[in-house]
Amino acid sequence: MIRLTRRYRFSASHRLHTSALSESENQALYGKCNNPYGHGHNYILEVSVAGPIDEQSGLVARLETLDTLVQSRLIGTLDHRNLNYDVPVFQSKVPTTENLLEEARRVLSAEWASAFPNGRPLLAGMRLLETNRNSVELTTLS
Amino acid sequence: MLITRRVEFSASHVCASAALSAEENRALYGAAANPNGHGHNYILEVTLDGEPDRTTGMVFDLKNLKEILNDEVVYPMDHRFLNHEVPPFDRVVPTTENLAVEIWRRIHPHFPASPRLHNVRLYETEDLFVDYGGEGGQGGARE
Repeated sequence: MIRLTRRYRFSASHRLHTSALSESENQALYGKCNNPYGHGHNYILEVSVAGPIDEQSGLVARLETLDTLVQSRLIGTLDHRNLNYDVPVFQSKVPTTENLLEEARRVLSAEWASAFPNGRPLLAGMRLLETNRNSVELTTLS
Repeated sequence: MLITRRVEFSASHVCASAALSAEENRALYGAAANPNGHGHNYILEVTLDGEPDRTTGMVFDLKNLKEILNDEVVYPMDHRFLNHEVPPFDRVVPTTENLAVEIWRRIHPHFPASPRLHNVRLYETEDLFVDYGGEGGQGGARE
């Protein structure tokens, strides 16, 4: 098994706020991230795949297939968007880094089998960096 | 305890399989199949797994690790055209995957017991890297 990781970048804005809490509770919980007009980040999404190296091609995955999948299903829907307004799932969910990674996992998992129909490679891990100082990671996906 | 040393080398390569036509190679590898080659600043992170020695306080002498990495990887590969100058890439396609496995193969004999070679991470660019942990490995340093 070898593991290959590809990094993708997108920029988006969001506001962390839940209608389950009062204004002051939201402010106490989310701090600056609760500021009413929102703010943005340059996100980095790492997608890791794992599998055997194909003997003829020397590749664990065809990069173009992976790039097309991630770009079309994820990056294209998130880049230069306001997550709260432009991405339907975040009208009911708070767009924290955690929820954003869960959503990215849901989307990729649902599309994986049609992008890689022979079952290789596996989707092996995902990591989302909101800034250089904080990131969330899913280590087991398959 | 895991200890990681990072080294860099710059090399050129072409990704194309002799078993495929020019069009097939182009479709499979994209711009990496351009016949005259192109280059990268590779970053190699080698991770050892062992316990700190009671006397020295070290898992492994990093000077020695640097020498091993220089002798096995940097000196033979830095500023070289991998396909033409670094066997086995005259017959094996020098993808990042195959290069990581070859680096593992070269370094592994230096670590017969403790510390053992835990992981080889090879960055081809900032946005693309592979992890290889040997034939029995699960491919990842984050276990």
